Amino acid sequence: MSRGWRTLKLSIKSLLLHPLRSALTVLGIFIGVAGVIWLLSIGEGIGRAAEEQIAGLGARNIIVRTIKPSADEVQDAGYGLTRDDYIRLLATVPTIDKAIPIREVSREFRNGTRRFEGRCVGCTPDYAEVARLTPKMGRFLSDSDLIKQRNYCVLAAETADRLFPFGDPIGQKIMVDDHFFVIVGVMKSRAPSAGIGGSVAAEDFSRDVYIPITTMETRMGDMEVVMKPGQFQRDLKELSQITIQVKDRDLVLPTVDVVRDTIARNHTLADYGVTVPLELLQQAQTTRLMFMLFLGLIAAVSLVVGGIGIMNIMLATVTERTREIGIRRALGAKRRDITQQFLAEAVVLSVVGGLLGIVGGLLCRPISILIRGRLLEWFPEQMSTLPEVVRTVEPMLVSWSIPLAFAISVIVGVTFGVYPAIRAAQLDPIEALRHE
Amino acid sequence: MTAVATLAASIRELRKDYVLSGETVHALRGVSFDVPEGDYISIMGPSGSGKSTLLNLLGCLDRPTAGSFLLGGEDVAKMNDDQLSETRAKRIGFVFQSYNLLPALTVVENIEMPLYYGGRIDAGTRDRCVELANLVGLGNRLDHRPSQLSGGQQQRVAIARSLVNDPRFMLADEPTGNLDSVMTAEILDLLASLNAEGRTIILVTHENDVAARTARTIVLRDGHILTDERR
Repeated sequence: MSRGWRTLKLSIKSLLLHPLRSALTVLGIFIGVAGVIWLLSIGEGIGRAAEEQIAGLGARNIIVRTIKPSADEVQDAGYGLTRDDYIRLLATVPTIDKAIPIREVSREFRNGTRRFEGRCVGCTPDYAEVARLTPKMGRFLSDSDLIKQRNYCVLAAETADRLFPFGDPIGQKIMVDDHFFVIVGVMKSRAPSAGIGGSVAAEDFSRDVYIPITTMETRMGDMEVVMKPGQFQRDLKELSQITIQVKDRDLVLPTVDVVRDTIARNHTLADYGVTVPLELLQQAQTTRLMFMLFLGLIAAVSLVVGGIGIMNIMLATVTERTREIGIRRALGAKRRDITQQFLAEAVVLSVVGGLLGIVGGLLCRPISILIRGRLLEWFPEQMSTLPEVVRTVEPMLVSWSIPLAFAISVIVGVTFGVYPAIRAAQLDPIEALRHE
Repeated sequence: MTAVATLAASIRELRKDYVLSGETVHALRGVSFDVPEGDYISIMGPSGSGKSTLLNLLGCLDRPTAGSFLLGGEDVAKMNDDQLSETRAKRIGFVFQSYNLLPALTVVENIEMPLYYGGRIDAGTRDRCVELANLVGLGNRLDHRPSQLSGGQQQRVAIARSLVNDPRFMLADEPTGNLDSVMTAEILDLLASLNAEGRTIILVTHENDVAARTARTIVLRDGHILTDERR
């Protein structure tokens, strides 16, 4: 039996003399270590979700969007991005792979007596790829639809359901304003995109009708008249958005500068905003890191508290076992032997807590999903007011958090065990023997 | 007992001062005597005479303020803490008035304990501890805890424990102080037989009956040797 093994056995034996006390001490470290793993997992889950959202907007994309200036700045000449902006960008920025001009207006769509309020989007064929739309029936708009300015349209899934609850809508017609549009395709429904800051707001793709942007220009013009109580409001803009896809991810940031310069030259008003998902992606990564650091800090505090618990118990133990220390010293134990014995006990406490904490940490995903499921079942109203990220986050176990947690538990045990152990070893054997 | 044997220990002008709340207490004021190998000495004296202090020094639990204590030729006064521990572990057998067994350990584990620190645990250790338990008449109580034993039995475990390192030099601090006359006799018989094996024994007592069983009695008073008589 080696010396280390003997010390370990002895410390386990001593700890088992007070099972409840030892268990409570272990609990502190258990909570701290499980907390580290949980927090890192949840932080990682939230971070991944945010990254996915932003990556969904395309890491190669630059989104230039019209922003309505304050009312007194709006001139009759209109505001926002223009078709000239679009043409200039394509002509002058060589790193652009494709650019999609988009104009969005609110319209009422009609099929006979069925009416449906939705968003009419003028765009080009590339829109489907960038907005990640896939056909359910038929096809998306084509280049020739655009060139020939056809009165063709493509419906989003919900629009199609509402206007054509029975039968196949392909080849049928809907009316927008006083124009007929022939339906060439229906898109599958897709999850709404979240707003990601910048000028990009959340988008709900379910109530859309897509038409060629050239058709929109000739049939509808650039003027919107919005009726408000007591007044008409005119709204003149050519494009709502230009989505630019750059050839290579590395070229995104240099291209952004050129795009900004190119547009700025022709705009006196601050009537547009440039959003770069890649920048947001990098920001999100930094934010996530900060978030995880912050959560880590909280976990560290709980570990320190757990460590103080160990120290407290070990100091009490040293006082309680003064006589034992005296006996062992009298029978030949060196100071070092006593230090080792008490340090071993502290480390055993913290390592047991650490190992249990790791098990608790591994259960993070199933437990949190279970708890969330129950809460959604019992308190649906309260839960619905929570931010989406809380309702949907899937904790992701961070692999390095396990060795980290284990190392932390050992370090806590040593750090907080060393002082009581040294104190035990410094006791005078004669005094200790007299202790009752 | 022949006086011309090799010396187990030699004590010269041993002094020990304590500082108690700013006041210096002279517990030992110059004590000298020789302990031949195989001697059996009782130390007596009223409380405060310095006998406990002397026993602590002899047991290497403490270092003298002045003077020398040669144990088998080595000067204990010059040892550091680790060397003192090692000497206690390997060369001295200790028996206390209050037994000082560890309540959490069994009889065998208590007997075995000094070996942890002497670094001599091997496959034969347990057998040896069982043998010692048999020697003190506790072979049928190996896995009992101290609380399940009588005072005399506990003291016998303590004696077995003090023997586990096979020390030539044994110290007993009022070993029968807590025992009735029957058990006292048992323990004294045991010590006498150990002495007969050639082990040097020094015991502290204030009972004349106990001192009468030893070969030599040293009486201390106020830190000095009052009498040193061989029977």
